[in-house]
Amino acid sequence: MKYLKTNPSLCKGIKACEKTCSKAFFKVEDPEKSAIRVKQTDSGFEINVCNQCGECIPICPVKALSRNKQGVVMLDKKLCVGCLMCVGYCPTLSMRTHPDLREPFKCVACGICARACPEKALEIAEK
Amino acid sequence: MDENKVFEYTRYTEGIETMKAAHKVLAEYAFTPSLPQKGYNNRSLHIDLGTLKFTEKKIGEDMKKTFTGGRGFGLKYLWDAIKPTTRWNDPENDIIISPGPICGITQYPGAGKSLVVALSPITNIPIDSNVGAYFGPLLKFSGFDALEIQGKAKADVIVVIDGVKGKVTIETAPQESLDSHVAAEQFTHQYATDEADLRNVSVVSAGAAAAHSLIGCLNFSYYDVRRKVTRLKQAGRGGIGTVFRDKKIKALVVHGPQVKGDMNHPADLGRIQRAGVKLHKEMHDFDDKMCTMRKVGTTNIVSVMDAYDLLPVMNFQYGSHPDTKNIDKTMWVQQFTQGIPDGCWYGCSMACAHGVDEFALRTGPYKGHKVIVDGPEYETAAGCGSNCGIFDPLWVIECNFYCDTYGIDTISFGTITGFIMECWQRGILNAERTGGLDMSWGKGESQLELMHQMARGEGFGLIAGQGVQRMKKIFSDQGWGDYAFLNDIGLEGKGLEQSEYMSKESLAQQGGYYLTNKGPQHDEAWVIFMDMVNNQIPTFEDKAEALYYFPMFRTWFGLNGLCKLPWNDIEPGDNRTKNAPMDAAKVPEHVQNYVDLFSGVTGREITKEEIIKMSERVYQFQRVFDLRMGKGTRKYDQPPYRAMGPVTKEEYESRQERYDKQLMDWMQIDPAGKSTEEKMALHRKYREDRYQKLVDAVYRRRGWTSNGIPTLETLKRNGIDFPEVVATVLPHLSESEVREVRAAYTVDKKEIKNKISKTKDKKPASKKTVKQDKKNKPKIKDKKPAVKKAKPTPKKGKTIKKIPAKKKPAKKVIVKKKTVQKLVKKIKPKAKRTVKKAAAKKPVKKPKKK
Ligand code: SF4
Ligand code: SF4
Ligand code: SF4
Repeated sequence: MKYLKTNPSLCKGIKACEKTCSKAFFKVEDPEKSAIRVKQTDSGFEINVCNQCGECIPICPVKALSRNKQGVVMLDKKLCVGCLMCVGYCPTLSMRTHPDLREPFKCVACGICARACPEKALEIAEK
Repeated sequence: MDENKVFEYTRYTEGIETMKAAHKVLAEYAFTPSLPQKGYNNRSLHIDLGTLKFTEKKIGEDMKKTFTGGRGFGLKYLWDAIKPTTRWNDPENDIIISPGPICGITQYPGAGKSLVVALSPITNIPIDSNVGAYFGPLLKFSGFDALEIQGKAKADVIVVIDGVKGKVTIETAPQESLDSHVAAEQFTHQYATDEADLRNVSVVSAGAAAAHSLIGCLNFSYYDVRRKVTRLKQAGRGGIGTVFRDKKIKALVVHGPQVKGDMNHPADLGRIQRAGVKLHKEMHDFDDKMCTMRKVGTTNIVSVMDAYDLLPVMNFQYGSHPDTKNIDKTMWVQQFTQGIPDGCWYGCSMACAHGVDEFALRTGPYKGHKVIVDGPEYETAAGCGSNCGIFDPLWVIECNFYCDTYGIDTISFGTITGFIMECWQRGILNAERTGGLDMSWGKGESQLELMHQMARGEGFGLIAGQGVQRMKKIFSDQGWGDYAFLNDIGLEGKGLEQSEYMSKESLAQQGGYYLTNKGPQHDEAWVIFMDMVNNQIPTFEDKAEALYYFPMFRTWFGLNGLCKLPWNDIEPGDNRTKNAPMDAAKVPEHVQNYVDLFSGVTGREITKEEIIKMSERVYQFQRVFDLRMGKGTRKYDQPPYRAMGPVTKEEYESRQERYDKQLMDWMQIDPAGKSTEEKMALHRKYREDRYQKLVDAVYRRRGWTSNGIPTLETLKRNGIDFPEVVATVLPHLSESEVREVRAAYTVDKKEIKNKISKTKDKKPASKKTVKQDKKNKPKIKDKKPAVKKAKPTPKKGKTIKKIPAKKKPAKKVIVKKKTVQKLVKKIKPKAKRTVKKAAAKKPVKKPKKK
C-alpha cells in the first residue's frame, strides 16, 4: 500500500510541501487548500497528512471512497455528496475541507511534495 | 461489516417494465426545473386529483417570514384549503409535503426531513409528521418548496414528478403493489434511468391496511447504495396514509437530479461545513460513550426506560418487566447490521436508521420472503413489544415490518393492541367478540393476525383500525364494558394514541403529552428525565417554562426540515460541565449550530431567541387552527387517568410502597388502615387537581386564556393576528379584547385589507352557538369565560363581517351507529370456537416492582 511517509524530525518548517500540494491540485499557493499541513510545536514540527488507513471508506454513504490498485484511498467526486462525514471520522483529521469546495480532499500519495521538500522529510513508501 | 457483502433479499422487480407499460397518463404538466437559492425555490406545486389540474404557487417573503417552511407552510396551505366544516375524507382535505429551507444540506446530521401535514382522520384537527428519506430533498431539488395534493382520484393513480425533465404526470398504475416494500422497489426501478440513478428516486406510498383503518401512515423511500435495496421511513402519526388512500393515491414518485453538497445554494457554505464537521467529530468521539445511536439507534433507551419504571408494559399499567432484556439494545445490536452508514439522508452521521437484514417473514402474504426491516425503533419495540406483553424480538420485528409495508403507524398500533389486550384481560373482549382472535398478553401471532385483518379489511382488525378513542365508544355501546373505565385505560388524547412513555410519575410529561397541538406525541416535549429523574423543574412555573421552551424549540426542526435527534442525542463533551443543568438540557452549543445553519443557508441572520419566535408563530397558529376545527380548548387537553396515575388495584398494589409514601409526602395522609380503593381515590383527586394547576400555569406561560385560547395579545406578539385567525378566537375572548379588536380593525383599514386578501376562506363558520364544555368542565374556574355577546358591531362592517360570532361545536358523535353495527357484524367468529372467559383472567407474569 502506497502512502506518503513523513519524518517530522527532519522538518525545518519551510512548508514547501503545502505550497506545492495546493498549487498542484488547486492552482494556488494556499495552505488551507493543501492536503498536507505543517504545524510548529514546542519540540519542533508536526506533519499531518493522510496515512491511507482507510477508516473513512466504510463511513461514506455513497461509496465515493475506495482504494485504488496501489492501495491509495481515492475520492470519487462524481459520487460524493459533500457530506463531510469522512472529515469528522478521519482518525488523524487528515481529510480536508474548504469553503470554496463542495467536496473534501485528501492526500493521494502523488509524491510531488516529497520531491519539493529540501530537507527530505517526506517520501513515498509502501506498507 | 465486510465492504463487499452482498445482501440477499426477495426481489420484486420482475416484470416492472410490463407493469410500467400498462400505465396510462391521465394528465401532464411541464415546469421549469430549478434549484433553490439560499434554501428556497419560492414556489410550490398544487395538484388537484379530482380535476387533474396543476398549479404553481408563488411563495413570497411574507409567507417565509411568518411560516418559515416545512410544517409552517403545510399548516398555512391546509388552513387555506379547508373550511371549519371540512372532514378528513372531504376532497378538499389537503396533503402537504414540505421540506423546509435547511432541508437538503448534506453537511450536518439530520437535514433531510420532510414535513407532512393534513387534516387527520383520527383527530379531525391538523396533524404534522416529520419523516426522513429522500422525497423532500429531491422535491426541493426539482424546484418546489412544497407539494400539495387535493381532490380525489376516481381510481388508483400515481403522481410522478420528474425534476430532471421538468414534467409532472398523473398516471394509472394498475399492476404495482400497494404494499410499500414492494411498491417502493418497483417504482424506484421504473423511474431511475440506470443503477447509479436509483438513489435519485424516492417514492411515497401507504399500504393495504391504510384504507381500512384511520391510522394509516406514509412510507418515504430511499435507495441504499450499500445494501442495494429500497428503504422506508415513516410519516407515522395521525393517519395521513388513510387520507392518501382515500384520495386513491398509490404512490408519489420524485426523480431528482444527482445530489451534490451545494444544491441549496447556501449563502455561506463554509459556515455550514464548519458546523457539520464539528458534529461529525462529536459523533466520532462520544457516541459510543453517550447514546450509541450508530449501533442501536433509538432502541438504546429501552433498558433505560425499564430501569426507571418508565417503559410502557401491558397497556401502560406497569413501567418495567423482567423480560425487557429480550427487547433491549443488547438484542438489537445483534439484530441490526453493524458498521454500515445508516442515515436516512446524506450526511447523517448519527445514523440511527438501522435495519434488520435478510429477515425471513413467518406470517402473512409475504411469508418466507427475505426482507429488510427498517427498525424497530424505540417506539415500536416499546409499543408493539412491552406494551403488549410481547418480549420476543422476532415478533416485534415482524410487526414492525407489516406495519410499515401495510401503511400502519406502529405507535398507534402498539397503543391500540395494548388497549385491546387489557380489554381481553378484563373480560371486556373475548373470543366471540374478537372473532376468535386470542388477544392475551404476549400473543405475537394474534397481534400479527390483527394486522393482516386490517390489511384485508375484515374482522376485528377493522374495529382495531378505528383507534382507541372510537373503540372506547364501540365497546361501551355494545355493552361490553363501562365507558368510564374504558376511558381511563385507553391512552389517547384528542383521538390520537399516546406514544410510548409512561407519564404517571412525571406531571410535566403529562403536560408534555396532553398539552400538545396534535395529540399525545413526544415530539413536542420530552421532559420526563428533567422532571422525574433529575427533579430540575420542581414548581408549576418551572414545568410551565419547560412546556413553553421545549415545544417551541422543537417545532423549529419541523419548520426547517430537520431531525431532532442530532440536537441532544449527542452532546459536546463539555456540555454538562460548562453549563448549569437546565441550560445543559438545551445543549447551547448545538442551538448555536442551528443558528449557523439557518443563517448559513438563507443569509438571514438570526439569534437563538429568534428560533423560539419563529416557532411560536407557527405553534400558536396551529393552536388556533385546532380551535377552528372544533377542538383547541381546555376540554381537549385532558389526559385519560392511566396517563396520570394508577387506575386499577393491581397497578396500585404493584407499586404500593411508592404510592403509600406519596400519600404521606404529598398529602400528609397516613396510609395505615386505608383500603387500596380509598388510597387510590385520594391519589386520583390529588393527581387530577395537580394536573389542572399545571394546565393553568402552562396556559399562562403560552399566553392563552384559562380555556386554552391564545389571547389577542399573543396573536399580535406573534404577528399572526390575521382577520381569520382573530375571527376564530374572537368568540372566546374577553369583552375588553373584543372591544380592542373592533378598534384595531377599524383603525388600520389598509392593513386589514391586505391581510384579508391573503386569506381565502370567505364563508363564515356556522352560526350555531358554542356549548360551554359542561361535561368536562375544568376543575379550576375559567377566569375569562368565553364571551357570549361577542358579536361586534363595528363601524366598518366590511372587515368585521368576516368574523363569525360563534363557532360550530365539535362533532360529538365520534362513530356513527351504522358504522359500528357494520363493523361489529364483520367480526366473524371462527367456527365452533367457544369463549373462554376464564382464560382471559389467567394470571399474567407479574411485572417486577420498582
Ligand atoms: S464527503 Fe463525500 S467522500 Fe466523504 S463521506 Fe461524504 S460522500 Fe463520502
Ligand atoms: S503526496 Fe501529493 S497529495 Fe499528498 S500531500 Fe503530497 S502533494 Fe499533496
Ligand atoms: S438521526 Fe436518524 S432519523 Fe435523524 S436524520 Fe439521522 S438517521 Fe435520520
